[in-house]
Amino acid sequence: MSTPAREALDRHATPWLFATALATTAPHALHQPLWLSALAGGLLLWAVWLWWKDERLPGRWVLVPLVAAGCAGILIEFHTLFGRDAGVAMLVMFMTMKLLELKSRRDAMVVVTLAYFLLLTHYLFSQSIPTGVWLLACLWLVTATLIRLHGGPASLPRATLRHAALLCLQALPFMLVLYVLFPRISGPLWGLPSDAHAGKTGLSDTMSPGSISQLVQSGDIAFRVRFDGPVPPKQKLYWRGPVMEQFDGNSWRPYAVRPPAEQLEFLSPPVSYETTLEPHNQRWLLALDAPTGLPPEMALNGTLTVALRDPLTERRRFRLAASLDYRFNATEAPTVIRRNLLLPAESNPQSRALAEQWRSAGSGPEAIIGKALALFAADFTYTLRPPLLGRDGVDEFLFRSKRGFCEHYAAAFVVLMRGAGIPARVVGGYQGGEFNPLDGYLVVRQSDAHAWAEVWLAGQGWVRIDPTAAVSPSRIETGIADALPFEDALPVLIQWRSEWVTTLRYRWEAINNAWNQHILGYDPQRQRDLLARLGLPEADWRSLATLLATSCGLLVATLMAWALYQRPRRDPVLRLWHKALRHLARRQVDCAPWETPLDLARRVEQQRPELAASFQRVVDAYLLARYGTDNNLTALREAIAQLRQ
Amino acid sequence: MKLLATLKQRLFRWRSDGTGPLRLGQRRIFIVPSHGGLLFALALIVMLIGAINYNLALGHALVFLLAGLGIVGMIHTFRNLYGLVVTPGRCEPVFAGETAHFPLVLDNDRPSPRLALELAADPGLPANATVDAKKSTKTNIPLTATRRGWLDLPRVRLSTRYPLGLFTAWAYLQPAVRCLVYPCPVAAPLPPALASAAGGERSGDGGQEDFAGFRQRQPADSPRHVAWKASARDTAKPLLVKQFAGGAQVEGVFDWLQTDSALPDETRIGILTGWVLAAEAADIRYGLRLPGLDIPPASGDRHRQRCLEALALFEP
Repeated sequence: MSTPAREALDRHATPWLFATALATTAPHALHQPLWLSALAGGLLLWAVWLWWKDERLPGRWVLVPLVAAGCAGILIEFHTLFGRDAGVAMLVMFMTMKLLELKSRRDAMVVVTLAYFLLLTHYLFSQSIPTGVWLLACLWLVTATLIRLHGGPASLPRATLRHAALLCLQALPFMLVLYVLFPRISGPLWGLPSDAHAGKTGLSDTMSPGSISQLVQSGDIAFRVRFDGPVPPKQKLYWRGPVMEQFDGNSWRPYAVRPPAEQLEFLSPPVSYETTLEPHNQRWLLALDAPTGLPPEMALNGTLTVALRDPLTERRRFRLAASLDYRFNATEAPTVIRRNLLLPAESNPQSRALAEQWRSAGSGPEAIIGKALALFAADFTYTLRPPLLGRDGVDEFLFRSKRGFCEHYAAAFVVLMRGAGIPARVVGGYQGGEFNPLDGYLVVRQSDAHAWAEVWLAGQGWVRIDPTAAVSPSRIETGIADALPFEDALPVLIQWRSEWVTTLRYRWEAINNAWNQHILGYDPQRQRDLLARLGLPEADWRSLATLLATSCGLLVATLMAWALYQRPRRDPVLRLWHKALRHLARRQVDCAPWETPLDLARRVEQQRPELAASFQRVVDAYLLARYGTDNNLTALREAIAQLRQ
Repeated sequence: MKLLATLKQRLFRWRSDGTGPLRLGQRRIFIVPSHGGLLFALALIVMLIGAINYNLALGHALVFLLAGLGIVGMIHTFRNLYGLVVTPGRCEPVFAGETAHFPLVLDNDRPSPRLALELAADPGLPANATVDAKKSTKTNIPLTATRRGWLDLPRVRLSTRYPLGLFTAWAYLQPAVRCLVYPCPVAAPLPPALASAAGGERSGDGGQEDFAGFRQRQPADSPRHVAWKASARDTAKPLLVKQFAGGAQVEGVFDWLQTDSALPDETRIGILTGWVLAAEAADIRYGLRLPGLDIPPASGDRHRQRCLEALALFEP
C-alpha cells in the first residue's frame, strides 16, 4: 500500500515550506524573547542552506539535543511549557525544527498543519484589521503550499497560487455562514493561564507620582462611548475608576474593606449610553459619574465605582445610564470619615503646617478649598515631566518644584484637605474624550487618564474637586493636547492637530470601531439579536443547527453544481463533424468508435453509393479544417448542408 | 460477511466496463477523508476550542474559513476525477515473471489540468499521471505477470488527493483489457539434432551462410539481418537486408514428446519456450508440435509470436 508517509518530497516543494514557515513565525518576533527569534531564524537559515547545498539533513542525534535545549530555554524564560507565551514559543520552535526533518510528504503535512495553527496564535496578540489582512495573505500562501505538495512538480507556481486563491474565495461563504450562525459560546471554557491577558494597559489601583503621567504617553484607546442623546459638555465627563483612600506618604490605594452602600440622590435626568471597554484586567468599570440603573451582573462598591465580578479580560459592551448632577452620601459613616482624615505621621510636615494654619484661621471648608485652589492657580505649572520627588513628596511639590501632573495636584490637594480636617480622597479615572463626528462615538484614550479629588462636606456629601482645573483649565475643557507645553512628548497621533490628519484619524478610528463593534464584538447576545431580527426570536441551538446545516448544504450544492456542470466548450470543428455523423446515422450508416473519417467514407461508398460524393466533400472539408492550416469553417458547413439534401 | 460482499458488489460495480472509452460520472467516484484530512480536522477542533477559550473573534473566523476550505477541497478533489475519460489500449505480451504494462489513455476535456492522479491495479505498483488542460496522456499500469496465459487487467483503482490532500477520491475501473503472458523459458539444451547445427552456426561455418546480396527489408525480417552499414550509405532508400545463400537449411520441430514426460507440465512448456527462444536467437528454422497443434517450421518474429502464443495458451 502506498501511504503518504513513504512518498518522498520533491526538491522544489521545499522552498514553499520555507516561505510558509517564515510567514507564519516571523510576526511573533515582535513579542517573543530575542534569543528565541534568533534560534528560530538560525534554524530556518540552516535548513535553507542544507537545501541549497543539497546536503543531508541532520540526524536524530543533532535534533534531539536541539529540541531539549530549546525546551529548556523556554522553561527558563517562561517558567512553564504551557500557557499563551510559552505555548507560542514552543510552536515556533517546533515549526523551525521540523524544517530540518523534511523527508516525506507527511512531514510537510505536519508543517502545513502547524502553520495553520500558528496563524491562530497571532490573534492572541492582536485582532486588528492589519493583522486580519496579513493573516489572510498567509492563509493563501499556506494553502498554495498545500496544493504544491499534493500537485507535485507539475503544479506550477502561478497556477498553484491561482488555485489557492480560488479555493480560499470559495471557502469565504462558508466562513460567513458559520461566523453568523455557529452557536457561540462565551469563553473561557476553563481557567486561562495567568499570562493569557498579560500586557493590557490601563489604570492601576495604586497611584504614586508618575503613574498616570506614564499612562498618558499612550495613545491607546481605553473605551468608546455612544450616547443616546447629545454628548454632554466635556467638563462634566468624569469616568470614575478606583477611589483611593489609603495614603502611605508616597502612594495611594483603595481600602480592602468596603464602605456601606451609597445613598444617592439624582438631581438631573439620566443620560443613557453604551460603552465598549477595552480589556484592562481590572474589576472596575469606568462609568460616568454618577451611575443610575445598573445591570444585574455589576454593583457599586460603596465609593460610587462600578465593580464587576471578574476582571475585564476582553473587549465588552455595557449599557449604562448616569445622572451628571447628584448628591452622594449626604450622611457618611463615621468610620469612612475617620479613615479619610488619616495622614501618615511624620510625613510632609510643611503641608500639614500650612493646612493647620488655614484651619486655625477659622475659615469654613469652602474657604479652605478656595485657598488651596488659589494656591495652585497662582504659580504652578502643569507638565508631563515633573522633577523627581523625594521622601516628603507633597512638601517638595508644594513648596519647591511646583511642577506636576494631575496625580501631583490631586494628591497634594487631598493631603492639604486632610490636614485641615476635611475628609478627602483621590479618585482615579478618565476625563473627557474625543468625539468622532464620523461615527458618533466618543473615544476615550489612555491619554485621557486623570486623577481628581473628592471632599466630604456636611449636608452636601462627597463633592468632586478637580485641582488640575485650577492649574490648567484647558485640560478639562478641551483636552490634554492643548493643556501641555509643546516640548512634552505625547503620542504623535494626539499631538497632530492639522485638519486633514484629524479627519484621517477620525476615519481610521471609525473603521476600527465598526470592526470592533460588528465583527470582533459578535457575541452570543449579538447573535441572538441578529437572529431575532431575521425572524428567529428565542433561537436555541437546535434551530441554529438546522439553519446552519441548511445554509451549508445549499452552499455545498451550489459548489457541486459548479463542479458538475462546467461543460467543456467543444471544438466547433468536432461539433460540425458530429452533426454530419448524425445526418449519416439517419440514413442508417453509423460510425464505429474506431473508424477514421477516411475509413468511414470508404464504407459509405460501398453501402450508400448515392451519398458517397457529398460525404467525401464533408470528409475533405473536415480534414482540412481539423488538420490543415486554414480554420475556415464555411466549406465544412456548406458540405454538411449539401449532405442534408 | 455475505452482506458486506453484496454491498461491495453493489457499490463498487465489479462488472466489466468493456473496451470503449469510459467517462467518470459522479456515481463512480467515492471520497473519504485521508490521514492528512483527519489530522487537519483534529487541528481545527483544537483551534476552535482555543478560539472559544480565549474568545478570539478572528480565531473563530479563521477556523470557519479553514473548515470551508476543507469542504471546498473535498469538492475540488472530486472534480479532479469527475469527467475524466479513460480509454484502454492494447497491451504488449510479456513472459511470465515479468511486469506487464497495461496502457490507459486519460483524456481531459476541461480547461484546467488534472494533477496527481494515481492508477494502480496492484496496490504495490502505483502509476502516477498528470493530464494537462484539454490534453490526453497515456499511462501504463504495471502488473506482475505470474502465470502464462491470458492476464486480465484486474479492477484498477484511479485515485487522487489533489489539491489539498485532505480527502482521497477514487473510482474503480474495469476495462476489458488482457495481456498475453508467454511461459517463463526454462534453460535446457536443444534437442541433439539441432544442437550441433546451432553450435555449427555459432562457429561461423561458411558453407551454410554465404552472402548472396541485399534485398529490401520487410516487416517480418529480424533486425539482426539488416545491413546497417549498407543502409547508412543512403538514408533515402529503405533499409536493406542481407541475403544468404544456403542459410536456414537446418530445421527442426520441437515436439511436446521430446521433453521428459516425468517433468511437470509447466516445466515442459518452459523447456519448449526456451528452445523456441534459443532457436530464434540461433537463426534456425523451427516448428512446434503440441498435442492437437502443429506449427510447421519457419522463422521470424511473426512465427516466434505464433509459437509463444500457442505455448502460452496450451492446455496439456
